[in-house]
Amino acid sequence: MSAANRGTEAGAEETAAPPPAPGTGDTTPAPQDSEDRGPGILKSIVTGSSLVAILAVVLSIVLGGILIALTDEDVAAAASYFFTRPTDTFLAAWEAASSAYVALFQGAVFNPRADSLALMFRPLTETFTVATPLILAGLGVAVAFRAGLFNIGAQGQIILGAMFAGWIGFSWHLPFGLHLVFVVLAGFVGGALWGFIPGILKARTGAHEVIVTIMLNYIAIYLVGYLLTTPSFQNPGSANPISPRLDETALFPQILGPQFRLHLGFLVAIAATYGVWWLLNRSTVGFELRAVGANPSAARTAGISVTKGYVVVMMLAGGLAGLAGVAQVAGTEQVLTSGIAASFGFDAITVALLGRSHPWGVFFAGVLFGAFRAGGVQMQTLTGTPIDIVLVVQSLIVLFIAAPPLVKAIFRIDRKEKPSRKNQKATTSGGAA
Amino acid sequence: MSIAASVNDSRVTGSSTRSWKAPIGFGVGALLALFVFALGGPATTAVFRVSDDSDRFRLADIALPANVVGWVVAIALIAITVYSYLQVRRGAGINQWAGIAYAFLFVVGFLTWVVGIADRPTISLAGLVAGSVTLAIPLIFGSLSGVLCERVGVVNIAIEGQLLSGAFAAAVAASVSGSVYVGLIAAAFAGVLVSLILAIFSIKYLVNQIIVGVVLNVLVSGLTGFLASTLLSRDSATFNSPPSLPDIRIPLLADIPVIGPILFQQTIVGYFMYAAVIVIWLGLYRTKWGLRVRAVGEHPQAADTMGIKVNSTRFWNVLLGGAVAGFGGAFFTLVSVSTFTRDMTAGQGYIALAALIFGRWNPIGAFFAALLFGFATNLRFVLSIIGTDVPSQFLAMLPYIVTILAVAGLVGRSRPPAAGGIPYVKE
Repeated sequence: MSAANRGTEAGAEETAAPPPAPGTGDTTPAPQDSEDRGPGILKSIVTGSSLVAILAVVLSIVLGGILIALTDEDVAAAASYFFTRPTDTFLAAWEAASSAYVALFQGAVFNPRADSLALMFRPLTETFTVATPLILAGLGVAVAFRAGLFNIGAQGQIILGAMFAGWIGFSWHLPFGLHLVFVVLAGFVGGALWGFIPGILKARTGAHEVIVTIMLNYIAIYLVGYLLTTPSFQNPGSANPISPRLDETALFPQILGPQFRLHLGFLVAIAATYGVWWLLNRSTVGFELRAVGANPSAARTAGISVTKGYVVVMMLAGGLAGLAGVAQVAGTEQVLTSGIAASFGFDAITVALLGRSHPWGVFFAGVLFGAFRAGGVQMQTLTGTPIDIVLVVQSLIVLFIAAPPLVKAIFRIDRKEKPSRKNQKATTSGGAA
Repeated sequence: MSIAASVNDSRVTGSSTRSWKAPIGFGVGALLALFVFALGGPATTAVFRVSDDSDRFRLADIALPANVVGWVVAIALIAITVYSYLQVRRGAGINQWAGIAYAFLFVVGFLTWVVGIADRPTISLAGLVAGSVTLAIPLIFGSLSGVLCERVGVVNIAIEGQLLSGAFAAAVAASVSGSVYVGLIAAAFAGVLVSLILAIFSIKYLVNQIIVGVVLNVLVSGLTGFLASTLLSRDSATFNSPPSLPDIRIPLLADIPVIGPILFQQTIVGYFMYAAVIVIWLGLYRTKWGLRVRAVGEHPQAADTMGIKVNSTRFWNVLLGGAVAGFGGAFFTLVSVSTFTRDMTAGQGYIALAALIFGRWNPIGAFFAALLFGFATNLRFVLSIIGTDVPSQFLAMLPYIVTILAVAGLVGRSRPPAAGGIPYVKE
């Protein structure tokens, strides 16, 4: 929760920082942003997006808890004699939901039952490990957003990045240091290549990037599936579609020692977040990209090449997602498989949406979703609550955050601001119908 | 917003006086045919069996010498390429039939080649076609949902979620009630429910439609997955063992070779699919309702000026789209497999979206595009049975590559409804 809060605060801070062009600070393609565009951090915290973000998270967790309670067997058993002792039902429901969330917390942040203090914090390192690809791929989706493009292709870009990085990792044999640099570069190039295709097609032919990136996701899955059956990729002597283990020199070092899986990739993710923040807010290229996203016609009139912008931003987006592939293949998994991207590419979209396409917002959204995912595994083992509940809570959070008026209406806050800007007729006709 | 902007952009950049895309695209395909189908054509005979032994009417098998067909196809494709080159050089347009003939010849050449190099070069044409239609059914329902939504200017990425919710609801409702028809109604209802969220968020709260769509897919996947591994797995006899829909066979007509089974021996979902394509096409292009719908999708301000209620038209169309896709989702649990498993739609909603765009936002176009995807998927299964050297992954990639080429404009520019993705706020 605090992560989301800080995430949006960071986002608000950025919006408040002197924007190069008015209004481009909030190019997340969410029209309702306009009402959050007010000045001042304080106002933003009190009335604006931060409060909405917190309430959205609370609301989603509560709804998730209700869902857990409704499907719980003990609750069902207690509900069978609801009218004789109704408190039993509510107690069972509370027990079901709270135990699931406690297990999730223990799996994601702090486990008091571990043997040593270091091990108690092991869940937190797991959270960061899982968050690494989410942050990197989320940044990839976010930069594309800022240029007005919808990159659904992070999944394929992760796969291509992992493929390139993995191949360098197990088939080249270079000295320590140099090898890892090549692996990282190769991953970036692989992802950038997969981003280049939709970028150039969009620029040259107007092909819609949503469709092209979706198609490239599938092509990437089959491509890696095919390559893992060929001698140059498949582990010799193995019948399974799995590559040899990457060389020791090609792996991200584990930064907290061998008992934790957390690897250098997390620092790469932090560096990438800073890099993207700098690029978007402090560089000419970033300004041009945001201008293209805010209003392509105006950007063209101002002498910015929109077509070049599309190609550059998609390559950058792909490259960032490719780095997520590197984090997977050279950090967490250490071998290339066809499932290397898991569902990080799709989760990255929700991460970018929750982070409102601001680099540090994406970072904290990635950590939050990493926590959900790491904790969800623990929750499933301990309480038998399926990890799918995490997907439900995540998507609810994004939905609520995208519609501040709904959250405000539910919590009955900020009434005076609500109706004025929007067309009353449109609202009522939609509601009445 | 971004989408509309990009569309405008593409119109500006793509409007050169003379487009060489078609000749170049044709040329690449013709060269491919020359080197692979003709020069690489095996000296075998590819046999296409038209009828099965059990059929009432039997037609002779079609036996094609693979290398001869390869040469004929390659030469014909080169001829069409030359024709298109000459036409473009003269500044004239290319006849639409040239493109259709090209595509047909290419498919014939490819099929003959790919069957010719297989270990057992015999394939059942009837089975291939019937399987393709069956696999295409959910795609067609999905893309019809997309047509209904996008024609009023609401981008529907949530097709996947609508299909999945339909599959889930059909399985549960049909199991509990014991009636497949209750399952079908529940499926449509579940699709409407997903659409309702899409409509409320995108029309009332003006949230970006693509965002809502993507998030809805995740939500439905999580929700159905959660319920499948709690409620359904706990008592699958009650909740997850739906009866199957029976085939309804129309006597005599179903005996027509090849097209008989696909048109006249279908489940009720199959017949509804044909009906839906026709009804939606007629509705969109031949009725007052369709004119209004298209006006709202193309120019909501103008439509509003004429007294059409833009947002309520959008709202109802999105709900209708949800009903269609949800109904199609019932295919997964009542026709294809008889239990619900998590994420069983496996990205087909996204393929339906591609079919919609490939079919140029037209119900009939979407129908044929979805058939193409069904055909490609089925071809992969059939070829793996007869034993082919072509890696199955490449066959699997084929429809996706074709889609990219199609949207990149080799087949022709597809233009979305102008107001797609833009919320309408009355001024």
